[in-house]
Amino acid sequence: MLADAAPIQLLAPDGSLVRNAANEEFLPRIEALDDAALQRFHREMVVIRRFDIEAGNLQRQGQLALWIPSLGQEGAQVGAGLAARPQDHIFPAYREHVVAKIRGVDPMRLIEMLRGLSHGGWDPKEHNNLHLYTLVIGSQSLHATGYAMGVALDGASGTGDPEKDEAVLVFFGDGATSQGDVSEAFVFASSYQTPQVLFLQNNHWAISVPVERQSRTPLYLRSQGFGIPSWQIDGNDVLASYAVTSTALDAARSGQGPRFIEALTYRMGAHTTSDDPTKYRQNDELAYWGERDPISRYEAFLRARGASEEFFADVAREAEDLAADVRRKTLELVDPPTSKIFEHVYSEPHPVIEQQRAWLDAYERSFEGTEG
Amino acid sequence: MTDIHTDAATSTPDAGTTPPAVTAAEPTVQKLTLSKAINSGLRQAMLDDPKVLMMGEDIGPLGGVFRVTEHLHAEFGDKRVLDTPLAESGIIGSAIGLAMRGFRPVVEIQFDGFIFPGFDQITTQLAKQTYRHEGSQSFPVVIRVPYGGHIGAVEHHQESPEAYFAHTAGLRLVSPATPHDAYWMIQEAIRSNDPVLFLEPKSRYWQRGEVQLDAGTAVPMHRSRVVRTGTEVTLIGHGAMVATLLQAAEIAAEEGTSVEVIDLRSISPIDYVPIIESVQKTGRVVVAQEAPQNVSVGSEIAATIAERAFYSLEAPVLRVSGFDTPFPPAKLEGSYLPDADRVLEAVDRALAY
Repeated sequence: MLADAAPIQLLAPDGSLVRNAANEEFLPRIEALDDAALQRFHREMVVIRRFDIEAGNLQRQGQLALWIPSLGQEGAQVGAGLAARPQDHIFPAYREHVVAKIRGVDPMRLIEMLRGLSHGGWDPKEHNNLHLYTLVIGSQSLHATGYAMGVALDGASGTGDPEKDEAVLVFFGDGATSQGDVSEAFVFASSYQTPQVLFLQNNHWAISVPVERQSRTPLYLRSQGFGIPSWQIDGNDVLASYAVTSTALDAARSGQGPRFIEALTYRMGAHTTSDDPTKYRQNDELAYWGERDPISRYEAFLRARGASEEFFADVAREAEDLAADVRRKTLELVDPPTSKIFEHVYSEPHPVIEQQRAWLDAYERSFEGTEG
Repeated sequence: MTDIHTDAATSTPDAGTTPPAVTAAEPTVQKLTLSKAINSGLRQAMLDDPKVLMMGEDIGPLGGVFRVTEHLHAEFGDKRVLDTPLAESGIIGSAIGLAMRGFRPVVEIQFDGFIFPGFDQITTQLAKQTYRHEGSQSFPVVIRVPYGGHIGAVEHHQESPEAYFAHTAGLRLVSPATPHDAYWMIQEAIRSNDPVLFLEPKSRYWQRGEVQLDAGTAVPMHRSRVVRTGTEVTLIGHGAMVATLLQAAEIAAEEGTSVEVIDLRSISPIDYVPIIESVQKTGRVVVAQEAPQNVSVGSEIAATIAERAFYSLEAPVLRVSGFDTPFPPAKLEGSYLPDADRVLEAVDRALAY
């Protein structure tokens, strides 16, 4: 385990608010939130956890080729996802299901992708600037940086109007920090002073390899060598994630350049359903992080503030409804036509694609009228 | 220092160093080197569309190591001509993001052998983005690559990596052989909504040729062309090889053999119409390339001709290529790269069937 100093924390594991010198600049962002806003954090975390479990079950029942669980990382993701403003642009890695949902991506799009019906395929412009998942580790860090360069070139940041200034938020994990692309993203972001927040979820495991193999120093320090200010936060504290990310995004939007956040969290489940964590990690680690669960601590916080039983029952009902809905819709999914193979390989007509599409079509037609 | 943010002090073009404009009002034929023709085409594309921007290593005040972007920084400023950090993956990856934002980045890779740090972003990201997005976004990124040998340079500076990219769906690859083609093809590549690798035959950068500037003389970048007509053997090549093939054809003519020469222009997709027509006439084909032979563009052309024009062939399609070795030290490149004599040796073999 790395010697983490003291990550920024607003909510202790027992659900009590923490007040100290390190977090005092962030507390006003929480104090400014009304009950409805605070309850939204809980609703998003609980609903996505139920969805995540359902999707994992569907994979085990043969309905999905793969599932990528987000269990345990809901606090980091919901806080950062809700910190982004509507005009911001978000580049996920591939585990940020709740961020996609917050930005209006139908969870079924994620199900379809992991069933093998698409490679994503949603239009970011029609989904509140939530870009597609990227599976090559860390690649999206450069796309986000280029996008943020474009925001700056357009003069769409740094005007002083927080309602209009745009920023870019990009997610990646601890494994990605070893990729050259992430370091190059730091270089470009710093060089061009892009309006951008790089958000690292350090979930402590890159499939079976512990974070100690990726770095011998705390990862939040990584960006400082590139000239990018950074914070390390308790990633299982949804309020810390929200408050620090919104602070970082404000800085980026207002033209102060990029920011880097390392959220310390834990992947409670497997890397994907293809993985078996019992082969490489110990139960005591799981128990340690289980006591720091983002949802139970936040529920304690809300209960102490007087949230009603009715509220919690309503959230549970919404979660069950979504799970049932996803299960029903998954079982109704049909495979796309084979013509989809050839669609959108290029934006403009291409003779090889047309020829091969015509060949497959004729080949398939040659079986019409024959048995089986 | 490059500043891409709104800042009049750094983004105002320096009018004092702006070269004379090449416009329709000027004489419509100019004698330009291939590098200057590309430069003029880039400039025209930047004038035509404010979303076009240049990015790459040393392309700003220096104008690139081959001076292909010369004067563009002075004319268009920091926000249109971006000197980038020295990181090819970073350049390609950020160009993808800029394209998502609505820009049309034209990237310069300094030398052929330096494209590989960006190979992952080109093949796993840029090439597949339109497919992944199911067409909701297009990715009009041009990657300019000076390629090929004959300049006596050190390792990694003389390679012909086109086969790697021709194998990748989602990319288009073109290579001009003349200044006129270069002027028009670079503009079409920039207008394309698909990613285009624009392969510049660097040994031809300093060769002059007439460039017609009338829009009516624009050449389609994906159409191959017959550069010399003949009846007995068809020679096929692209980029710098076209000049070698013409030289071989000249020698063959002196020896009494009539040779047809086809300039591919487009490496992906390949325009087979003039090729098949020519094969039906000559029955004999030699494909020549600087690149190594194994799994090469020439191999693909040979296979396709065999499939589509089998009964027209009088001889197997022969390939003349670089050897399946690393590019050798420069003093040996004359023996590595196919020259007119090696092409003619293959012509003789084809005729012997």
